[in-house]
Amino acid sequence: MISIQTEDFDSGAEYAALRDSGAGTGAIATFTGLVRDSGDTQDVSALFLEHYPGMTEQVIADLIEEASRRWDVRKARVIHRVGRLLLQEQIVFVGICSAHRADAFAACEFIMDVLKTSAPFWKKELSGAGEHWVEQKASDVARGETWDK
Amino acid sequence: MTDQNLTVRFFARLREELGTDQLTLPAGKDQTAGDLLAALASRGGPWAQLQDGQPVMIAINQAMAKPGSAVKAGDEVAFFPPVTGG
Repeated sequence: MISIQTEDFDSGAEYAALRDSGAGTGAIATFTGLVRDSGDTQDVSALFLEHYPGMTEQVIADLIEEASRRWDVRKARVIHRVGRLLLQEQIVFVGICSAHRADAFAACEFIMDVLKTSAPFWKKELSGAGEHWVEQKASDVARGETWDK
Repeated sequence: MTDQNLTVRFFARLREELGTDQLTLPAGKDQTAGDLLAALASRGGPWAQLQDGQPVMIAINQAMAKPGSAVKAGDEVAFFPPVTGG
């Protein structure tokens, strides 16, 4: 299930929902991304996140489908927030249920890595110095490409 | 007429710098996304960056595309900076 939303999410409730995925689930891997105080600029106080409604959901659905082909994925949950997010707020959640930990870790990491360089989201950093659209990092692109087959 | 037009959308930094998030343009004959970019860039000013500036990503009907991809009437073509989510 995929949610793109402005409101915050309860990672505990999300974990409980993932856990409720049948007796075949032996492993749950989750990732949560937060707004931190430095990125391209220093003293970041907030982010503004924009997305391309429709395309974003499709790209993430395709990533979940690919992950499910490559690894044992019993259940997948992706939440990505948009709009104005303050320091230390939650931005993104990826949770994967699998029979085994290696598959859960890999599918979770794959979805996060490739989401970063393929899902149409854009971040703007807000700080005392003004506003700055974050630039795509070569290191993120390289990391995404490590999953190419 | 709507069915002879295509929709062009802009996001993030491009949306702000071009001062628009959506245009409706007549569809050209045998037109590619690259042709459309060149035509828009020729408007000059901030539009020139579509060809001379930072990389521009292209989506046609909400799927990633390339400059050589064909665009036709009824399509939704989007131009945007490299993505930075997560």
